[in-house]
Amino acid sequence: METLELTKEKITTSTTENISGSEAVLKALIAEGVTTIFGYPGGAIMPIYDALFDYEDKLKHILVRHEQGGIHAAQGYARTSGDVGVVFATSGPGATNLVTGLADAQIDSTPVVCITGQVFAHLLGTDAFQETDVINITTPVTKWNYQVTDATEIPAALAKAFYIARSGRPGPVLIDITKNAQIQKFDYKGYEKCDHIRSYRPAPIIRKEYVEEAAKLINEAAKPFVIFGQGVILGRAEKEFKAFIEKGGLPAAWTILGLSALETDHPLNVGMLGMHGNYGPNVLTNDCDVLIAVGMRFDDRVTGRLDKYAKQAKIIHLDIDPAEIDKNVKTAVPVWGDCKETLPMLTALIEKKSHTQWVQRFNDMMQEEHDLVITQEMHPASDDMSMAEVLDALNELTKGDAVIVTDVGQHQMIACRYAKFVQSKSNVTSGGLGTMGFALPAAIGAKYGAPHRTVVAIIGDGGFQMTLQEMGTIMQFGAAVKILILNNNFLGMVRQWQELFHSRRYSFVDIQSPDFVTIAKGYGIAGRSVNDRANLKTALKEMLDHDGSYLLEVMVGKENNVFPMVPQGCSVAEIRLK
Amino acid sequence: MKQEYTITVYTENQVGLLNRIAIIFTRRKINIDSLNTSPSEVESVHRFTIVINETEDVVRKLCRQIEKQVEVLKAYYNTNEEIVWQELAMYKVPTDVIAEKVKVERLLREYGAKAVVIRHDYTVFETSGHREEIDSLMKALEPYGLIEFVRSARVAIIKSSAGFHEKLKEFERKQPGEDVIENEYLNKQEEVFTM
Repeated sequence: METLELTKEKITTSTTENISGSEAVLKALIAEGVTTIFGYPGGAIMPIYDALFDYEDKLKHILVRHEQGGIHAAQGYARTSGDVGVVFATSGPGATNLVTGLADAQIDSTPVVCITGQVFAHLLGTDAFQETDVINITTPVTKWNYQVTDATEIPAALAKAFYIARSGRPGPVLIDITKNAQIQKFDYKGYEKCDHIRSYRPAPIIRKEYVEEAAKLINEAAKPFVIFGQGVILGRAEKEFKAFIEKGGLPAAWTILGLSALETDHPLNVGMLGMHGNYGPNVLTNDCDVLIAVGMRFDDRVTGRLDKYAKQAKIIHLDIDPAEIDKNVKTAVPVWGDCKETLPMLTALIEKKSHTQWVQRFNDMMQEEHDLVITQEMHPASDDMSMAEVLDALNELTKGDAVIVTDVGQHQMIACRYAKFVQSKSNVTSGGLGTMGFALPAAIGAKYGAPHRTVVAIIGDGGFQMTLQEMGTIMQFGAAVKILILNNNFLGMVRQWQELFHSRRYSFVDIQSPDFVTIAKGYGIAGRSVNDRANLKTALKEMLDHDGSYLLEVMVGKENNVFPMVPQGCSVAEIRLK
Repeated sequence: MKQEYTITVYTENQVGLLNRIAIIFTRRKINIDSLNTSPSEVESVHRFTIVINETEDVVRKLCRQIEKQVEVLKAYYNTNEEIVWQELAMYKVPTDVIAEKVKVERLLREYGAKAVVIRHDYTVFETSGHREEIDSLMKALEPYGLIEFVRSARVAIIKSSAGFHEKLKEFERKQPGEDVIENEYLNKQEEVFTM
């Protein structure tokens, strides 16, 4: 008989018991606070699923329709809950189907623990049925991975997995467990959470002199400019960040993964950076005198041409990952460390200022963008609906309180540009990898991660067709996800590039779609399609008010483009408004 | 400016780590000139010595990526001036030639080579030194019928790394490395389960 004593750090058992490796896996998950698992069973992970049968009251398992859906769901769960997403998959094809999601989670720093079944240890390396070398396949796309061949290793391996996945710069971890280790019985002495690994330093030591140097630069700056990324959200440092920019009167712009860390309507929120970002933040990046990057990694979609990026500015880079410092952009002052700790240190040292004229320049440029782009986008003259007006109507109805999950393409950029947010962890998108097919399963996971919030998955007609089978998961488990398809009957972003850079040679972007509403009906999901402006708001309201999942297809202009745009190979200051 | 850099990496003794480290080079299409891995002076801590020809900026970024790996304790990079290094080479030459030609004996003495195997048909010599020294002995032996030649990866000692040596020992005192059981079933095929 086991008695669990739950303390803050450790879970210990008073007696030893003889259990299987599979049971040890499930006990580890419970001890780590896991409540929801996404997965798909198969031969090599069957012992774990067999044990799960007895744990159904403690661990909710969501049977997805494809392992890729499983890991994207776990990502969505992690991004809205702020905790680790967990996935089960079997060996071979089950494990390889996780690779896209692992790469996505790796580049977007999403904490995910994947547990894959593996063939019996004695069959390893023999090309056994459904055997793949999953450790070597996943090495480049995991923060850490490990193969367990003996049940006694399971508690320690899982404790390490969770610690690595959620600490420091978070990321995906994969534990591959051979079938014999799942079956093998061993003397279980309890589960102890991992809080230290000799060779692993999740956060670098903060160097006070760098913080002081950074504060000095900020205090001397006439045109300081803050750019922030997901590090603020991952570090749970939204309050600290707001206090920092408010004290310094610092205009701040976001990367798409930083979106929602600061409410959209905050007076110092000056918009989005990057290829389809706002006019002001892009142009003024090349005008500011001190550029303060917080928890962002200078992705090429943000910087444009590196040799023409913020050359006039002294750059201060706050990041928990020392490898990000100087990786793409040379910094004047690196502030290593968790921004939850470094931001208050910096705030304490900076002077209270307002930089009114400088902030006004951002506002003026935003006005210019409004006049030339945004107003037309939100109130188009033609009969064709624009994606922006759909977002505008959605904002009005949700009041910025919904979780918006986007797929990849034009709709993603439009959603990121126009969606409004009032609270953090509200924007879930595939930023770094740009994975089409991400949104539907990620939205399912997001709903489990934030069950009391409205989750709207905004998806293009192309991306939806990549993972639409996950409507089956919704049907079976009832995740109340609102699916909003912005259908332009094109692979819109590729078409836009072909229009602008390939002489309008529309090569294989004219994609035919099925009747999405009928397909949704087949899955027991209510829905409708709208193609005229008059019905848009009613339809959106119907979708949001509907009890349960709902699919709304909105037919939008076929050849609409997303502007502004920094053409590839150009400087951010060369952003085009049309 | 590209030049030769020696990267020294202290790691846990972990299966698969070599692959993780190698990937950092291959995904950037950087060729590894030489790679050696061996246990270090601290029990359970391994040491990689990697030689590449690159600019300092690239090498610095590579080291940061290497240090990001969970099982890596520390990565250093050094120019040739900052390290003491050696490579080991073995040369197989026909014994009859060696026996007859006095010149070869002198040559071997000159290069500090010594015999490790002497058979009636061939003799194997070994020497250690910098790449150029090893290369020039190979060239010198070629006229005498060099049958086979092999050179090891570089091993290097950092001239000023005493600090880290102490830190490693401190690590070990605080957190002794655990014995990790790795794929032990590979050797017990009959004893484990079958499908």
